[in-house]
Amino acid sequence: MSLSSSHPSTIVIRGGRLIDPLLGTDTVGDIWIHNGHIVAEKDVGNSQPLVIDAHGLIVSPGFVDCRVSLGEPGFEEDETIATGTAAALAGGFTLIASLPDTNPVVETRADAEFVLQQAQRAGNCRVVALGAVTKGREGEELAEMGELISGGAVAFTDAKQPITNAEVMRRALEYTRMWDSVILHLPQVSALVQGGVMHEGYYSSVLGLRGMPSAAEEIMVRRDIALAELTGGRIHLMAVTSRRSVEEIRDAKSRGVRVTADVTPHHLLLTDKELVSYDANYKVDPPLRTPAHIEALIEGLVDGTIETICSDHTPIASEKKAREFDQVPFGISGLETLLPLCIEALITPGHLTWPQLISKLTIGPGRLLGREKTKTLAPGTVADITLIDPAVSYCMDTTRFRSLGRNTPFHGRPVTGRVHTTIVDGEVRYTFGK
Amino acid sequence: MSASPGVWTRKHLLGLQELTATEIETILDEAGRYKSRWNAGETKFDDLKGIAVANLFFEPSTRTKTSFSLAAKRLSADTVDFTASSSSLTKGETFIDTALNIQAMGVHQMVVRHSSSGAPEQLAREVDCNVINAGDGTHEHPTQGLLDIFTIRSHRQSLKGLTVALVGDIKHSRVARSNIWGLTKLGARVIVCGPPTLIPSEVKEFGVEVAHSLDQILGECDCINLLRVQFERQRGAYFPSVREYAHLYGMNGQRMKRAKSDVLILAPGPINRGVEITPDVADGQNSVILDQVTNGLFIRMACLSLLRRATENERRKSR
Repeated sequence: MSLSSSHPSTIVIRGGRLIDPLLGTDTVGDIWIHNGHIVAEKDVGNSQPLVIDAHGLIVSPGFVDCRVSLGEPGFEEDETIATGTAAALAGGFTLIASLPDTNPVVETRADAEFVLQQAQRAGNCRVVALGAVTKGREGEELAEMGELISGGAVAFTDAKQPITNAEVMRRALEYTRMWDSVILHLPQVSALVQGGVMHEGYYSSVLGLRGMPSAAEEIMVRRDIALAELTGGRIHLMAVTSRRSVEEIRDAKSRGVRVTADVTPHHLLLTDKELVSYDANYKVDPPLRTPAHIEALIEGLVDGTIETICSDHTPIASEKKAREFDQVPFGISGLETLLPLCIEALITPGHLTWPQLISKLTIGPGRLLGREKTKTLAPGTVADITLIDPAVSYCMDTTRFRSLGRNTPFHGRPVTGRVHTTIVDGEVRYTFGK
Repeated sequence: MSASPGVWTRKHLLGLQELTATEIETILDEAGRYKSRWNAGETKFDDLKGIAVANLFFEPSTRTKTSFSLAAKRLSADTVDFTASSSSLTKGETFIDTALNIQAMGVHQMVVRHSSSGAPEQLAREVDCNVINAGDGTHEHPTQGLLDIFTIRSHRQSLKGLTVALVGDIKHSRVARSNIWGLTKLGARVIVCGPPTLIPSEVKEFGVEVAHSLDQILGECDCINLLRVQFERQRGAYFPSVREYAHLYGMNGQRMKRAKSDVLILAPGPINRGVEITPDVADGQNSVILDQVTNGLFIRMACLSLLRRATENERRKSR
């Protein structure tokens, strides 16, 4: 997008609560933006600024989601890069990383370049590509990671396909050390969740639905930690849901193992009990677990064991969710509901402060993508900024979604807080209600 | 949805878990009335005259479908069978589309069998007609549970204080789940007995006891319900061999000698003769297996007509 009259080159955000977790500051003041960067007021010159009144709003560095399913190429009925990035803006994200769960899988330089090119054409938020760890995400042979890096990939993952073979994971962790890039992995022992559709426990027994025991996650968390320790490689565990996982990660981090983890809002708010409705919108991988596990995830967020929160955005076309429960694909369309859900789960009960929450939506995921230094409001930084209205109350409404995926159990939920404005590269790219 | 004694108000019958003891007894009593009238020589009833009942079987079944068809016909309903091979999904139509199509033909009641747990419940949210669950995946098979309980009650008057063992593959058995809910609500003591691999997690929270040795509990049981080994629902091997299973859990003449002399032997069928039950036991004097089949008709007649009456009452009220 070129600068035009509709995109004034100077913006001033007046009177907002400026939260910058990287600098550790939380003050009320103004932010000046000029030619795509955050600047000091004196450096603006004479240009006429666009004024955004931010009294009562929180001004944050733009949110980052380190793993988003964008559907394209191959699953355009679920999402396209254009709709997914538009949804990201509405969710306050200025940077997202696309998962290679596409067809074809993002495993060559050209595949990665296609994603970045489509994102550029869409002109919404920034997109970086995640390349596949293994060819075809089959867990056997390493993909051409160097080529992927040349094509713009910044980290690697087989998306929600666990890498079963420990030797393959070991090699991948060793190989990626040459770029110091991270491998994002779904910690799950496939054999233990074969055919599973929900958390294994009382409710799976009642409902006659095949269970996925939390041990399936815990075993893989331990393996991955051991391999990261062995190789010195960086591993990021996606969507941890189990108490023991949090304990293992906490312990490993204290030993200096290069392991990180994320959690999702739905795993913080919902339990396996919700599935008694057989509503396929509750079918997610990893599955919704129990209050005891949720408590541990929150403890992990509070003490810093878990540094990242992800939307786990997995848009799915409605016809695919209107099937028998065991045949419906897993996933929640999460980009546009993340912020109010985080407020409900973490801010309102007092588990996290606003600076802590913002850190987990900016610095945590930014670090995985090598972008944490841009997650600040300091002058000189590229102007990627999210304005939050923390107090407004309303009901979630999927009919407003930019995402093609309306698959969420949160439709109609009364919530507080929403994204007010999203600025990318010094341009206002999203304003609520416009 | 709570019912006053003898009054049935539900639109659907999806499982026994959600029913109260009174509701279960209402069905059993209604079935008892049909049975008495039948035994007195009545063979045709006009309770469902002008009503169309569709059997939507998304999973193959012969006996349950036949039983429901016959029950509906005895009540003077028009019946239609729809057997969907699982290939209907590959044609792009969802099972809900299929049901809405059948409903659009003017069907009033749907009897739904499906290999996926929860499918009848998902369907009940979308259609206007009465939905009866005729077995969904490994979830519930309420009419089977009811006919098992009806059969026990017809031999023992009351369920209170009786010890009933459910033996075999509890994990993959919808019959077991429906039996557990129904029996415990009516005051029976339920023991589930099988290898630990076939016992569902947290099953004690259902209000049952767990045993792994049939021989240990044999002498305490008033009724033993021998569940079919669900070879088709298991993924991989849950026990080393059929031979070993039969050795540990098969009901045979030797075990009968150690059981109570008046123990009732039930089996939901179709039975694997020589696996969970030997022919001498299946055909012996303690076996009520064929009673179960006969009673199934009366239970299904009761369910169809109670649901219909509730719908008609509802319609009358809203006028």
